[in-house]
Amino acid sequence: MLLIRCPYCREDRSEEEFSCVGEAHIDRPESPGDLSDSEWGDYLYMRTNPRGPHRELWVHTAGCRRYFNVLRDTVSYEILAVYTIGAPLPQPPGGNES
Amino acid sequence: MEKYSLFSLVKHGRRHHETWQRAWRDPAPKKSYDTVIVGGGGHGLATAYYLAKVHGVRDVAVIEKGYLGGGNTGRNTTIVRSNYLRDEAAHLYDFALKMWPGLSQDLNFNVMFSPRGVMNLGHTLHDLREIERRVNANRLNGIDGQMLDTAGVEERVPLLNCSPDARYPVLGASWQPSGGVARHDAVAWGYARAADSQGVDLLQQTEVTGIRVRNGSAEGVETSRGFIAARKVACVAAGHSGVLAAMAGLRLPIESRPLQALVSEPLKPCLDTVVMSNAVHCYISQADKGDLVIGAGADMYNGYGQRGSFSTIEHTLQAVCELFPSFSRVRMNRHWGGIVDICPDACPIIGQTPVEGLYFNCGWGTGGFKATPGSGYVFADTLANERPHPLAAPFALERFATGALVDEHGAAGVAH
Repeated sequence: MLLIRCPYCREDRSEEEFSCVGEAHIDRPESPGDLSDSEWGDYLYMRTNPRGPHRELWVHTAGCRRYFNVLRDTVSYEILAVYTIGAPLPQPPGGNES
Repeated sequence: MEKYSLFSLVKHGRRHHETWQRAWRDPAPKKSYDTVIVGGGGHGLATAYYLAKVHGVRDVAVIEKGYLGGGNTGRNTTIVRSNYLRDEAAHLYDFALKMWPGLSQDLNFNVMFSPRGVMNLGHTLHDLREIERRVNANRLNGIDGQMLDTAGVEERVPLLNCSPDARYPVLGASWQPSGGVARHDAVAWGYARAADSQGVDLLQQTEVTGIRVRNGSAEGVETSRGFIAARKVACVAAGHSGVLAAMAGLRLPIESRPLQALVSEPLKPCLDTVVMSNAVHCYISQADKGDLVIGAGADMYNGYGQRGSFSTIEHTLQAVCELFPSFSRVRMNRHWGGIVDICPDACPIIGQTPVEGLYFNCGWGTGGFKATPGSGYVFADTLANERPHPLAAPFALERFATGALVDEHGAAGVAH
């Protein structure tokens, strides 16, 4: 069971209150019409799916309903950082982000 | 390979079973192979077996970082069925299903395939309409399927709470009589032994640490036991496919998540079929040994820890207790998680990659065990002929560029 600190509610809450949206920092291309099919497919479907530190977008579904980012280790499940959208990116310990 | 038979059982029995041959060799890796298969689970071993047996490609190594069948092959709930909605998926899974009845004979290893039928429950009117649509689609594809009403479900599974005031009322179900369960470990061991007897080298405790790519084509794999050159590298590593793809500089449309299961203490026979419920995320059957085998849904976030989220398993057990009130006091024996590779369309990826000579067979997600024979067969054919097997063609990686996805999420009565 993860305890996630919502950066807006400023409380540690159970993972059941949250939904994980998926990999964070995937920017929607500015002009999709100019992309090739494979570039568009890359944006829509391809994921880094790392084993280790992973940046994810979460939403506090049963709380404030706001979106924020989590840096979480996918092996130990440790939450390394929680940060709001647009905030400077916290780095994983050791800087071994994949 | 010594053939297993009643005769050999009697012969070795008279010698206190001390004279059996080992089931497969433990060879030292050669410097190069025609084809290297990364991943010694059911799919990888089946691929090696059919490469050797059907296509005569015997210069093959299967590289496994742990022990054979120690990943998802040994961690699933052993269900075999083919009642998928879409034509492409239905054809592929039904091809696999039709191989199961003859598999023990073919491998000379008892995989204990037991076609005891698979039932998918409907608890709401919407559920029931989706199930009926799927049964109709199955029948158009020649797959045995039928609708059961509440009385029909109750007759087959008397322990199920079918009363109208149940928390999850049973309004009906789909029923595939030719589905069932098989012994998961035996499938890995049977394929391993049969592949080994065809000359395939099974390299256990050998971890792939890199894939050597030069000028856009794969040259072999770096392993914990040195570099192994290969003309073709075939990755069949389920949850860790994304990690392997990254070694070759590729990304896949895959997210790896734990899928949990658990077994109870052994009970007297009480459940002679497989009961699944998509709506409440659980599936349950009883092993020959008597344990209840219970499967849960996949976690909602990525993870490589082979355990999974507590709230997911709690949710499933709440549902089991509502569906089968008499199971509420059964004690659970073991609980584990396997790392499944989930595609956006819940269908596998089979075939070539943009790197020449590098192939992937992955993305089977939460339901790969049932497809083991078919997956190995079509992937071996794809590897040997360097073009997709007709059944595998719709599952090429290119579908994520063309948009021709085979949308099976939730459509197949699968618990996601």
